[in-house]
Amino acid sequence: MARIGVVTFPGSLDDHDALRAVQLSGAEAVPLWHGSDSIDGVDAIILPGGFSYGDYLRCGAIAKFSPVMDTVIAAANKGMPVLGICNGFQLLCEAHLLDGAMIRNADQHFICRDQRLRVETIDTVWTCDFRPGDQITIVLKNGEGNYQADPETLRRLEGNDQVVFRYLSNPNGSANDIAGITNTRGNVVGLMPHPEHNVEYLTSPSLDGKPFFSSVLNFLSARV
Amino acid sequence: MPCVVVNVMPKPEILDPQGKAVTGALERLGFAGLSVRQGKRFEIEVDGEVTPEKLEQIEQAAEQLLANTVIESFEVVTD
Repeated sequence: MARIGVVTFPGSLDDHDALRAVQLSGAEAVPLWHGSDSIDGVDAIILPGGFSYGDYLRCGAIAKFSPVMDTVIAAANKGMPVLGICNGFQLLCEAHLLDGAMIRNADQHFICRDQRLRVETIDTVWTCDFRPGDQITIVLKNGEGNYQADPETLRRLEGNDQVVFRYLSNPNGSANDIAGITNTRGNVVGLMPHPEHNVEYLTSPSLDGKPFFSSVLNFLSARV
Repeated sequence: MPCVVVNVMPKPEILDPQGKAVTGALERLGFAGLSVRQGKRFEIEVDGEVTPEKLEQIEQAAEQLLANTVIESFEVVTD
């Protein structure tokens, strides 16, 4: 059975939801602790949503220096699937595993809504089960989800097919309506919306989060 | 104890939503023609003298943690 780790930082909020989504997808959900440099031999890692270190200084800025992150960064650079959700996406940008940075939502509001997204590329380990152009609904809840990068970086991301999700109806001023991106290799993906909140009927507005998890399981089972 | 200040500002090309909100609030208060960009100021107390090595360390600290150089720039100011 595939083993997917979810890291808990001080202030992480959606770690248990992510663990539950992993479990529901048929993989073993492995809790990982920020203070340990061990990732317990997992096959993939999720950095969950929340307010690590209270968003002090900048979102994800302090969590970046956790012992676990040294191991996560090394594993990601060797090709391990890593998914950063919301605060996890902010953390991946701070750790420079992904380009750009998140700033305050353009209209200064914390946005909490069911957000329509378009899947732009399925050429990543977390989106290979979608079809390009799929329009999905994923829960969005954040105050600092405004993705920004310099024009050269944006050009490169677009040209390289590294934009993974785009907002339909941009809620926060993100450049190019970018909701999620990937690295050049396609193993590290970050997005502001929360797929772990979209995997079961009782609590979700849609089940559009399920393909995130089936994608990585398909990728892991296809590996030699 | 000597104090070194690090000022962090959003880069000029970066949109600054907080600065815009403050600008709007000032206008509503009757302060016209003031355009605000908002940053952060870090006051760092240094043990002992502020040597060139210490300043170099503070520059590195600013680069690695105090500022996100993707979207912010910083300056180190000694008294």
